[in-house]
Amino acid sequence: MSEKGDTQVKISCQNLWKVFGPDPQRALNLIKDGMTKEEVLEQTGHVIAVKDVSFDVNEGEAFVIMGLSGSGKSTLIRCINRLIKPTKGRILVDGADLATMNETELRMTRRHKVCMVFQQFALFPHRSVLDNAAYGLEVQAVDKAQRRKRTLEVLEMVGLKGWENNYPDELSGGMQQRVGLARAFAIDPEILLMDEPFSALDPLIRRQMQDEFINLMSVVQKTIVFITHDLNEALKLGERIAIMKDGEIVQLGSPEEIVSDPADEYVTEFVRDVPRSKVIPVRNIMREPEVTLYSWQGPKVALHDMREKDIQYAFVMDPGRRLRGIITLNEARQAIKDGVTRLSKVVKGNALQIGPDQPIEEVIPLAATSDNPVAVVDEDERLIGEVPRVALLLGMMAEEKNNNAAQHVNNQKR
Amino acid sequence: MEITRFAQRLNQRPAIRWLFWLGVSGLILLLGWLLNDYKGGFYELPLGPWVNTGVDWLIVNFAIFFDGIKQVVAVVLNNLEKFLLWLPWWSMLALIMLLAWRLASARVAIFTGAAMYFIGMLGLWELSMATLALIATAVLISVALGIPIGILCARSDRVDGVVRPVLDVMQTMPAFVYLIPALMFFGIGRVPGVMATVIFALPPSVRLTNLGIRQVPAELVEAAHAFGSTSAQLLFKVQLPLAMPSIMAGINQTIMLSLSMVVLAAMIAAGGLGREVIMALGQVDVGRGFLAGTAIVLMAMILDRVTQSLGKKRRRSRAA
Repeated sequence: MSEKGDTQVKISCQNLWKVFGPDPQRALNLIKDGMTKEEVLEQTGHVIAVKDVSFDVNEGEAFVIMGLSGSGKSTLIRCINRLIKPTKGRILVDGADLATMNETELRMTRRHKVCMVFQQFALFPHRSVLDNAAYGLEVQAVDKAQRRKRTLEVLEMVGLKGWENNYPDELSGGMQQRVGLARAFAIDPEILLMDEPFSALDPLIRRQMQDEFINLMSVVQKTIVFITHDLNEALKLGERIAIMKDGEIVQLGSPEEIVSDPADEYVTEFVRDVPRSKVIPVRNIMREPEVTLYSWQGPKVALHDMREKDIQYAFVMDPGRRLRGIITLNEARQAIKDGVTRLSKVVKGNALQIGPDQPIEEVIPLAATSDNPVAVVDEDERLIGEVPRVALLLGMMAEEKNNNAAQHVNNQKR
Repeated sequence: MEITRFAQRLNQRPAIRWLFWLGVSGLILLLGWLLNDYKGGFYELPLGPWVNTGVDWLIVNFAIFFDGIKQVVAVVLNNLEKFLLWLPWWSMLALIMLLAWRLASARVAIFTGAAMYFIGMLGLWELSMATLALIATAVLISVALGIPIGILCARSDRVDGVVRPVLDVMQTMPAFVYLIPALMFFGIGRVPGVMATVIFALPPSVRLTNLGIRQVPAELVEAAHAFGSTSAQLLFKVQLPLAMPSIMAGINQTIMLSLSMVVLAAMIAAGGLGREVIMALGQVDVGRGFLAGTAIVLMAMILDRVTQSLGKKRRRSRAA
């Protein structure tokens, strides 16, 4: 789920409306004349499920739509494969408008491009695990041997090897949803629509499935639209999150933006209990290492540099600036006594390290295990910064302050 | 304004309210009595003659059509009966027991064998086979028509709206009423018997096929659509397999209803066990009637037990 240089729009949702009722056009006109959703419902019985929603999802992105029940998120996701036909607006998938497609084109899109995983799994009870997972391929009339081969592959990928001859009702909820995932993966779609796929699972299983899903997605790189009512799930899986309320998107942004800068009171209420350390990346609190040493240098240089800056430790890098380890003042003294001439003999990858985009939350347990600061390294293990314990404390205090401020605002409201 | 205030006052005092409505009823009675003298009786609707004319017209103009149906049904029925009577009784017995064992259980198979042998002991074997042929033909036609109609009903509320009242009529119209036109269309003998049986026994096949398909969870239909199923794929891969228990229950019902038509069909010379009952009635021969009745009951039990288990097909999975 890394960012790419040039992002391409995969799904584009433009001014989408969905009205349920006998005469949707009439309801639309009433809205245009300035009536509110509630008034329309009261006077005509029409439910406006999706109200003028627009957003783009980029290729390879994990886009989360979050909202409580009745917010229109399920209707919205069903518009993306036209299980529900939008009343007005456009849904472009790779530039082709789903809303106006004929039956054949629509079927082809569903067979090869857009796939769905359901909240209650929606497995076929009369089919074995294998036949369930193979359904998409079977519908495409892929020949039997090839179908079987591909399906077994996918079942192994989701951890269901050996269960292919069982029936859904013999499986636990978590395993049933693995079949649901396998059924979607089998046809190798470009877009995955996930309709609250983990909501029906126990909390423990849910977390496990989320982690596995993240792993799977880093392997198979798909565009994902993920529906959830669970903010933690949204923050965990989403690169961008759209928060829906009453059929409209009230805020769209990265998890960090949503938590640190809620657009309105509704979102504020939502994110109030979310610790900022869950979303703020390490990058924001790291600083330049004060002393950096190279592995070919000796302990005397190390001692000198550390004394000069009056610190207790220094990171050691190799010629390519890749992190080799950490050396403390005392270790440097000891090395001099022992007559060591090169630091590479002393340090052996003993530094704690973390990536710059990890949430602060994940540094805390690391920092707790050692007195030394945590090194921040990029994908090639090059040292780019450090998180001293002081900075960590400050970061957490800032959060505290923020929470207090939010509390204050809320108190004043009441 | 005046009226609403009056109504309000009425509602407040129950005693007066009762008195008021009593008065209104009395007035209606009095008026009706007076008007009856002036212009009594209903306007007469000559529906009966219309139906007669219609039936006559059909017989004259569609003779070829009815004759065609008659020929086809007669061929199926005759060959089936010939085959059943050609089979030695013990091989028939063994075959039915085998079928009962595979479809249901060993217990049902033993019961079936015993019951069939008992029918033979009563001297009613040939008549029973004739009845079986009659039922089999009627059920074949009912199912062949009923399941497709049921599917159409499940797929379209409009079709359902048209078919439903027709089925109601078929099930509630006394059988004697359509025995007569069946005679007129198909002549005397076993074919009109089969057709009358079809009319009576068709509805459950349609209804339960319809019901079974409509009961398939919407989520599964949605999933089938989401994976790009065609309408036919949805029907054959998802809806029909899941509706199977219900459809089988419908077929079971159709069989039982066919059997209960056997006696009535004998009134238009359809033969079989029904004829025995009719003859016994005519001769006031209680014993003979009792024997035929017993044979019918036993056949009903056999057919019911064997076909009931059709819907509950056991599934074998590796780990269970």
